[in-house]
Amino acid sequence: MISLTFLTADGTRIDTEARPGVSLMEAARNASVPGILAECGGACSCSTCHVYVEPGFAGLLPPASEGELDLLDFVCEPDPERSRLSCQITLTEALSGLTVTVPERQG
Amino acid sequence: MRPIAIVGAGQAGSALAAKLRALGHDGPIKLIGAEPVPPYQRPPLSKKYLLGELERDRLYLRPETFYAENGIELITGTRVAALEAAEKVLLLKDGTRLACAAIALCTGADPIRLPPALGGALGGVYTMRNLADAEAMAPEFREGARVLIVGGGYIGLEAAAVAASKGLRVTLVEMAPRILARVACTETASWFRALHESHDVKIREGTGLSELRGSQGRVSHARLSDGTEIAVDFVIVGIGVRPGTELAEAAGLTIDNGIRTDAFGATSAPGIFAAGDCASFPHQGCRIRLESVPNAIDQAEAVAAAMLGQGVPYVARPWFWSDQYDVKLQIAGLNSGHDTVVVRPGDRPGSQSHWYFAGPKLLALDAMNDPRAYMTGKRLIEAGLSPERNALADPAIPLKSLPLSEPVEAL
Repeated sequence: MISLTFLTADGTRIDTEARPGVSLMEAARNASVPGILAECGGACSCSTCHVYVEPGFAGLLPPASEGELDLLDFVCEPDPERSRLSCQITLTEALSGLTVTVPERQG
Repeated sequence: MRPIAIVGAGQAGSALAAKLRALGHDGPIKLIGAEPVPPYQRPPLSKKYLLGELERDRLYLRPETFYAENGIELITGTRVAALEAAEKVLLLKDGTRLACAAIALCTGADPIRLPPALGGALGGVYTMRNLADAEAMAPEFREGARVLIVGGGYIGLEAAAVAASKGLRVTLVEMAPRILARVACTETASWFRALHESHDVKIREGTGLSELRGSQGRVSHARLSDGTEIAVDFVIVGIGVRPGTELAEAAGLTIDNGIRTDAFGATSAPGIFAAGDCASFPHQGCRIRLESVPNAIDQAEAVAAAMLGQGVPYVARPWFWSDQYDVKLQIAGLNSGHDTVVVRPGDRPGSQSHWYFAGPKLLALDAMNDPRAYMTGKRLIEAGLSPERNALADPAIPLKSLPLSEPVEAL
């Protein structure tokens, strides 16, 4: 299992675990993390699963696709260094310990 | 204490239950679904799930433990036989009589089936709506199998894309003069026709299905309206859905292209609400019913608030998506009433967007592999702003600096 930490906008820390192969968005949904809406269910169509990845982990993630970058350009308060769509991050053992911050607002 | 009962455990029902709790409701909640599984996502059924790229538990909207953990009694595999509106009582198929504090009808929509007289009851004839539908047809997706898809809407086209991707021989018939006739402009239809033809899908427009024939109870041939007959191994019928109004109608609730609700989701019967694909509601001076996941979620959450006396009028912000092959289609707005379509080439090969206008007013857009155009258009539509049409058609003018034909307001 891969251990994950979500920091929500109000400062709550949610520690959870997920199996390899699922997306970070699914892990958030399974842990009922507030603020990750994922309206399209992970089709990279809506940008409502935006998270900020802690800097130490950014380098471990595969780079964002053009489609993901396009959507990230339109999220609330994008951060070019840290913003990702959580539905586009497939979890692997190498990501164990991953910590992400949920933005105050999606959309 | 009487519970709040939610009839229908799909996207809307599950969102409504979760929102009631999130808003602080601490009374009992019963979420009653006809299917034998917890609430799940439907869109992947015709895409990744059918391709075998998604395990079943990843379809579930929430882990199975979520409901009990949140004090939501999830009752699956149970149909509601009748609603006694005045008493707010539900009669379940097993004879249980459930007296409720309030009821939300989230009964979704049911696919229109081919009548048995036309061969609709033969084996090998499928619709695409439920998990059970997808699981029943999945074994048919063998390389080289001949599939006939009846209906050239988004469901039919998505099924065609999956079938063609798996090496099936695909014929799609559409009775109307063109595919997507009800939902998209000629330009979008032409774009998708070319896409499917490049994957060897045979699209026959202006051609209806006259009859399916079979032997030993299993479909083998289709006779088409132009008189031709083709051999088929199986058939997918994608000719639209009907809102799930039976329960409401039998109970005497007002039906108007779905269960009629006001802007708070209240039906004509006090204490009974409706949300999702089954509900029609006021929208910009008209009455609409939307068949989409985002609407099911947003409307259900709005109705949850209304059921707790915290409601504000629901304002729909319609958007839709469809995945076919490597193409992502995103749609914002509603195009009904448009008189012009502006075509804007995208920044990359294969990306394009079609913008629907009524006079100078932007109504909607279809964006193919062009999320930047989609996001730009969606925000303009939601803000009530319209880009100047000539500028929009010029790809040299960046999306972010399109001149507006309405007074400029902050986005």
